[in-house]
Amino acid sequence: MSRTNTSSKREPVSLKVWLGVAMLGVVLAILPFVLGMAGQSWVRTLNFALIYVMLALGLNIVVGFAGLLDLGYIAFYAVGAYVWAMLASPHFGLHLPFWIVLPIGVVMAAIFGALLGAPTLKLRGDYLAIVTLGFGEIIRIFMNNLDAPVNITNGPQGINRVDTFALGDFVFGRSQEMLGFRITGPEKYYYLLLFLVIVIVVMCVRLQNSRIGRAWEAVREDEVAAKAMGINTRNIKLLAFSMGASFGGVAGAMFASMQGFVSPESFSLMESITVLCMVVLGGMGHIPGVILGAILLSVFPEVLRAVVVPLQQAAFGEVLLDPEAIRMLMFGLALVLVMIFRPAGLWPSAVRRRELTSNREARA
Amino acid sequence: MDIFLQQLVNGVTVGSVYALVALGYTMVYGIIGLINFAHGEVVMVGAMIATTLVVGLAGAEPGAVSAWLMLAAALAAAIPVCMALGWTAERFAYRPLRRAPRLAALITAIGVSIILQNVAMMIWGRNYLSFPHIVEPLVFQLGGARISLLQILIVAVAIAIMTGLLLVVHRTRLGTAMRATAQNREVAGLMGININTVISAAFLIGSALAAVAGVMVATYYGVSQYTMGFMLGLKAFTAAVLGGIGNLAGAMLGGLLLGIIESLGAGYIGDLTNGIFGSNYQDVFSFIVLILVLVFRPSGLLGERVGDRA
Repeated sequence: MSRTNTSSKREPVSLKVWLGVAMLGVVLAILPFVLGMAGQSWVRTLNFALIYVMLALGLNIVVGFAGLLDLGYIAFYAVGAYVWAMLASPHFGLHLPFWIVLPIGVVMAAIFGALLGAPTLKLRGDYLAIVTLGFGEIIRIFMNNLDAPVNITNGPQGINRVDTFALGDFVFGRSQEMLGFRITGPEKYYYLLLFLVIVIVVMCVRLQNSRIGRAWEAVREDEVAAKAMGINTRNIKLLAFSMGASFGGVAGAMFASMQGFVSPESFSLMESITVLCMVVLGGMGHIPGVILGAILLSVFPEVLRAVVVPLQQAAFGEVLLDPEAIRMLMFGLALVLVMIFRPAGLWPSAVRRRELTSNREARA
Repeated sequence: MDIFLQQLVNGVTVGSVYALVALGYTMVYGIIGLINFAHGEVVMVGAMIATTLVVGLAGAEPGAVSAWLMLAAALAAAIPVCMALGWTAERFAYRPLRRAPRLAALITAIGVSIILQNVAMMIWGRNYLSFPHIVEPLVFQLGGARISLLQILIVAVAIAIMTGLLLVVHRTRLGTAMRATAQNREVAGLMGININTVISAAFLIGSALAAVAGVMVATYYGVSQYTMGFMLGLKAFTAAVLGGIGNLAGAMLGGLLLGIIESLGAGYIGDLTNGIFGSNYQDVFSFIVLILVLVFRPSGLLGERVGDRA
C-alpha cells in the first residue's frame, strides 16, 4: 500500500489490486450493518477502533516517521476533545457548527504540539519520552483542576451534553429512516469516521513519500547527518509534532461529539501508552501495520470482554475471576509475547525488516 | 518557618522512599538501557504483601507479636517475592529482547507492568488495603517541626541501605563487574564477566530495594492499592533522571530533591498564588522540575555529559 517507490517508473496497477480494493470497499461499506446484527455495541467498538486508527496514524508521524518517542500524545487528543466540548455544549452556552469547531480543534492541537515540542528539540530517546510523558500528565492535571477559580474545564466531572456532529439537519447522533432503511447513530458515525480515516491515510501516504517525509526519515536515522545535508531539523521536528498532534485533535473532536461527554479520565497516561503500543505492535513507520495494530489492540480487549464471562460460566458455572483483570492480563501478555517474537512489530515495513536483520549486532 | 521545616521533614521522608525506588531504575538503565516500567509494580507488590502479613499478624492476637517483629516479618516476606518477580521479568521478558530495538523492550516492560498490576488486582481486589498502626505514634519536636518515629525509621533504613549499596558497587567484585558492564557490555563480556549474572544481580538488588520501599510506603501512608505502583514508579524514574540516570549517587540526590520539592511545592503553592492553585497541583511540580532539568541540563544533575544519547 505505502511502500516507497524506488523505481521512477510507476508499474501499471493490476486487475487483482483493483479487485482487492473493490472488495475491501464493499466489506467496509456493509461492515456496520453486519456487526449491527450482533448488537449496536459492536458498531460502537468499531467506531472506537477507527478513532484509535486516527490516533495511531498521528502518533506514527511522530514516532514512526520522525523517530521522536512521544509518551504524552494523548494530550492532543484531549485538546481536540475539550475544544469541541467547550465550543459545542451548554457548558459555555456555545453551539458552534462543526466547520468552525473542527478547524479550531485541529489548529489548537497543532499549536499545542509545536509548543510542547519546542522545549524538547534537543532531547532524544528516553529523555524525550519522559518529558513528553510529563507534559501529557500536566495537561491532564490541569484539566482535572481548572474548575476553580474560573470554571473552564468543569474539573473531574467533565463536560456533559456535548453537541453531536451535524451537517445542517442531518444529525449524526440519532437514528433515522433513510430510503426505507433504519440507520442508527453509531452507524452514521462509522461512515463519518471511515471518511476521516481515509483522508488521514491518504495524507500519511502522501507525506511519507514527500520531501517532508524523507526529511523526517533522515532525522530519524541520523540527526547530525540530516543537518549536514541541509535539513532544518528544528522546523522539521516541530512540523512532525504539530502534524501528529493535529490528527490527534481531529480524533479528539470526533470522540467528544460521539460520546457527548468528556472528562479528564479518558486522557490518562495509560491511553498514551495504549496508542504507542498500537504503533509499535503494528510496525512503526509502516502505515498498514499501524492500522492493523490499532484495530487489533482496540478490538481485542472488547472481544475478550465478550468472551471471558460466558466462558467462565460455561467452565465453572460462575464468574470466578474478574473479567476486567483477565482482559488486561491478556493485553499485557500479548504485548510481551508479540515483542519477544516479533520485535519489529506484526507487520513491519520491508525497509525496516531488512535493517533489523542485517544490523542486529551493530544496533544493540 | 515552622511550615517550612515540617514540609522539609515530610519531603525528606518521601524523598528517601523515592530514592530507594529510583536506585532500581538507575541500575537497570545504567546496565541495559531499559526503562523498567514494571519496577513501580514491584514496589506495589512489596507493599501489598507487607500489608496482608501485618494485618494477619496484628489481627490474630493483638499485642502478641511486637511491632518490630511484624515489620521484620513483612520485610522477610516481601523481599524474596519481589526479588523473584524482578528476576523472572528479566529472565523471561527482557533477556530475549536484549538485542532488539529499544522500543520493543520498552513496550515489553509496559506489558509486564500491566500483567503485574492485574495479577495483584486478582489477588487483592480493587479496594484500598489499610495498614494497621503498629509503629508507636511517637513524635519528636525539632525546632517547630514534628518528626514521627516512623519517619526517622524510614530515613535511617534508607540511608543504611544506600550506604550498603554504594559499598557493594564500589568495593566488591560483583560491583566492579556491574560498573564494567554498564560501561561497555561487549568488552566486559570479553574480560570474562558473566553478563547475564550481572544483569540478573542488578534486577535482584533493585527489586529487593523496591520491596523495602514498598513496606515503607505501606507503613507510612497506611493504605495500598494495586494501582499505587504506577505513579510511584513514575516519580522514582523522574528522580533517577533528575539526578542523572545510570548514576547511583544521582538517584539518591534526585529522590531526596524530588521529595522535598514536591512537599514544599504542595505546602506553599496556595499562599504563593493566593489560593488560585491548590495542593492538588502537587504532581505537576515533579514534572515541571523534570522538564526544566532535562531542557537545561539533559544529563541530569550528577550525570556525565554525553554527546549523543539516542
